[in-house]
Amino acid sequence: MTALLELRNVSRRFGGLVAVNDVTLKIAEGEIVGLLGPNGAGKTTLVNVVTGVHPATGGQVLFEGRDITRVPPFRIARSGLARTFQIVQPFPKMTVVENVAAAALFAGRAEGMAEAFEAARRHLDFTGLGDAADQVASTLTLAKRKRLEFAKGLAMNPKLLMLDEVNAGLNSAEVEDAMRLIRKIADSGVTILIIEHIMKVVLSVSRRLLVLHHGELIADGLPEEVTNDRRVIEAYLGKRYAEKAGR
Amino acid sequence: MKPWLWLVVFVAACALVPVFGNNYALRLATIMCLYAGLALSWNFIGGMAGYPSFAAAAFFGLGAYVSAVLQSKGLPIGVTWAAAGLGATVFAALIGMAILHLKGHYFAIASLAVVEVLREVVNTAEDLTGGGMGMNIPLPGMPVDVQARLFFFAMLTMTVLLLAVTIVVSRSKLGFGLRCISQNEDAADILGIDTTFYKVAAFCLSAFGVAVIGAIYASWVQYIEPPDVFDILYSVKPLVMVLLGGLGTIFGPVIGAVIYLALEELVWRNFLTVHAAVLGGLIVALVLFLPNGIGAVIRDRTKRAAVRS
Repeated sequence: MTALLELRNVSRRFGGLVAVNDVTLKIAEGEIVGLLGPNGAGKTTLVNVVTGVHPATGGQVLFEGRDITRVPPFRIARSGLARTFQIVQPFPKMTVVENVAAAALFAGRAEGMAEAFEAARRHLDFTGLGDAADQVASTLTLAKRKRLEFAKGLAMNPKLLMLDEVNAGLNSAEVEDAMRLIRKIADSGVTILIIEHIMKVVLSVSRRLLVLHHGELIADGLPEEVTNDRRVIEAYLGKRYAEKAGR
Repeated sequence: MKPWLWLVVFVAACALVPVFGNNYALRLATIMCLYAGLALSWNFIGGMAGYPSFAAAAFFGLGAYVSAVLQSKGLPIGVTWAAAGLGATVFAALIGMAILHLKGHYFAIASLAVVEVLREVVNTAEDLTGGGMGMNIPLPGMPVDVQARLFFFAMLTMTVLLLAVTIVVSRSKLGFGLRCISQNEDAADILGIDTTFYKVAAFCLSAFGVAVIGAIYASWVQYIEPPDVFDILYSVKPLVMVLLGGLGTIFGPVIGAVIYLALEELVWRNFLTVHAAVLGGLIVALVLFLPNGIGAVIRDRTKRAAVRS
């Protein structure tokens, strides 16, 4: 199996705090991988390390076999690695279609403005935001802003899309919609890494789970294995519960 | 197409001044073009990229001195203006790479420091610049009224050039990228925009415009000294004009420059002793009550009128 993304002993320190500690993992092309972990486990930091926002202080990040550990974020974005933000990051005063066109123009394959806007409309239709195309981004509801993040990510024409808590703050119907969309994106051939702290959400789409706790990767495997792993139960429910459950 | 039409109207209106106006009108029109050019230049970095630069006075003085020094060495006037523009562009690229990673107030303060540093450098380089004694610029051998027209048309040409560049940039990838940066730089970065390059490009465009205008100004007034051309007002005025006219818009800076000049003239005439205080008060009021500029008010009015009819 050729790895699309590979992390080798990656660490990230902020002063004395080790947010990500010695993480080694591989993601193959075509996978839908879930990255789990309680709040503060270092999930978002890991995404920031991969995208170059906070470069790793130790170890190596490889994308398609190329070392991207010290590559600036905009170059990583252009090479086919897209992300969405946990806290949505639209260009607030631009319209929805302009937001997506920016992604298509600067990181996607669009040549020129006209083509970028054309691609943007296509991605908006795909994500179900077609009707809101000419609305100003700051007027969207949270659920629609999350969709806008999807559309932007897709417009970048990514090989790997990292979804950072796209479901946080959504109600269960909206979560269902988002999950359907994620499966649709995966079917179009994009490799996906879903970052979540709600297990149920990830279990419905991922065939492989990674669990991060205190910055360390404590589990990597099939959902059944991971959910029965003693260390994972400890991380989520505490030591005493794990002992009582006798696992 | 519409912006280009307005550009032609603007040029036509300005070009009529020397035909019908007296010398006072011509001088006023020259200053108007100078102001509009400064405002348009500042708009690249301040309006489009959203970086509150106070470096305009640095580029203005740099342009003035480059042109003055080269003219004193006997180079033709047009060559010295071009050299001033190019010199400032290179200088802005170097400075920009050093300070454009700063944000908000920090960037503003750093850009302000550039003005002070350059002023002191010019003050101390007495052999070249005459230091605090200032510099006389050789007179072009022609009648006074021809000179006045020459400098007016030079300023006008530069303003029109900057306006044309503004129109082109605002519709290009560069303008789009700058708008993204001004609204959310982190998101812009992660969407594949080379933010450093875009910001430096905006800073260079801004420096080029201001420096050439500074160079023309030096040739026009024929005597410059550091406190005059490195005056911090050259940093503040364009900012106020752009805020008056509309931040990041195409014609906002020009409209703002016209309004500012009108206010300046009226206040100067009617409140000779306290004109600075009155002008300051007016500016504060305008910026407070019209935060999106006068252009926005006109746009809203026409929109509302269109809805009603």
